[in-house]
Amino acid sequence: MMLMTTEIQRIVFSESMKIADLIDVNFKLLNVLSRLDISLGFGENTIMEVCERQGIDLKSFLLICNVYTYDGYIPSVEQMSGADPATIVDYLHNSHSFYLLKEFTALEEELKAMVEPCDATQKKVVARFFSDYKAQVENHFEYEESVVFPYIRALMAGQRYASYSIEQFEENHSNIDETLNDLKNIVMKYLPDTCDTVLRNQVLYRIYRLGEDLLKHTLIEDNILIPMVNKIEE
Amino acid sequence: MKTGYKKILLIMPSKVIARGIEAVLSELGEFRVEGILSDLSHVSEARLRNMDADVILIDPVLADYTSRMNVRSRISEYSSAAVVALKSVPMDEEQLKQYDGAVGLYDDPVAIVRKLRESLSSREESPESEGYDLSAREKDILVCVAKGMLNKEIADHYNISIHTVITHRKNITRKTGIKTVAGLTVYALLNNLIDSGSIDL
Repeated sequence: MMLMTTEIQRIVFSESMKIADLIDVNFKLLNVLSRLDISLGFGENTIMEVCERQGIDLKSFLLICNVYTYDGYIPSVEQMSGADPATIVDYLHNSHSFYLLKEFTALEEELKAMVEPCDATQKKVVARFFSDYKAQVENHFEYEESVVFPYIRALMAGQRYASYSIEQFEENHSNIDETLNDLKNIVMKYLPDTCDTVLRNQVLYRIYRLGEDLLKHTLIEDNILIPMVNKIEE
Repeated sequence: MKTGYKKILLIMPSKVIARGIEAVLSELGEFRVEGILSDLSHVSEARLRNMDADVILIDPVLADYTSRMNVRSRISEYSSAAVVALKSVPMDEEQLKQYDGAVGLYDDPVAIVRKLRESLSSREESPESEGYDLSAREKDILVCVAKGMLNKEIADHYNISIHTVITHRKNITRKTGIKTVAGLTVYALLNNLIDSGSIDL
């Protein structure tokens, strides 16, 4: 059954829902499952049952799924209370690995195949644009991995720091989606006709999917992680 | 005026307010509400681009809602319409400065139409760029940007103001959809505006 986003806007996921139905509502949540090490083959199990078995914080799982699925879903303080920031951090960390190891590698290869018919300069300029983008993203992730996540883990272990607060993270939160959007426009509008359409489409699909996923990633940071940590800092 | 009325696009989360404005404007003519968006999501951006509105009336609460981004400059990437703020909440001078005008919820309908008209005429005075293709001057500026020149250097080179350089750059981005310098460099190269010798690869 296909549901349009507008029609499902009022449905918010609940713990008694079957995991299989969750995926039917938004198949892109398959990404979320694999990043939280939930493997397929869950039969008729509900969200609660699967989370319990895998030792995943139920509240955090639901928060991630809701933000990931519904544009403009901003959880209230009550909805976030009792949720475990460590689960969110795990999710974000695993997402980083997924982007760097899987998505970027695949995109790089697809780009290379796509510009094969171009001249040497064109190949070079596209390759460099992508490697600059990748470096930019790696840099951003690296900051989160080496500063933000350790800070949150330490905070949860009861340590307090005077020199850092999550507000600094908000300020540092640079936008990396502009470059990806530029890449999309270049591939769609400005590559020479000699590039194969099927390969171009493949790259475009990947860019759109990746762009959307990165956007959700940012929303999970901004709308879940930061407010949660703000609360602990108080 | 091609159609006898000006097209207006409303961007506001409140349906009640949007419908109210639509009704008030339709009674007075001159401006017609052609579309209502409840936010500035990615889906909306495509509509923004295609609507070809003359005026965009936006509720600035959306600015806080979707982070602290500059709503005004974001819209100008997709549309050349005059952007008017609907003061649904108290706003300070600094916030209002980014818009081409402002109307209040409690303004008289006739005053609202007058303010919309004023915002349009103030808009028409600034350098404008027609059509989808880059003009010769925009291509010149693009080449400079691709070569890594700063706005100040470009302004000095062509003996124009920095403000004009920025306007050209906004138009280039609006037309091509490309925002970063790296992206513009790729664009310039793929379109043979520069050769590989003029940039380091």
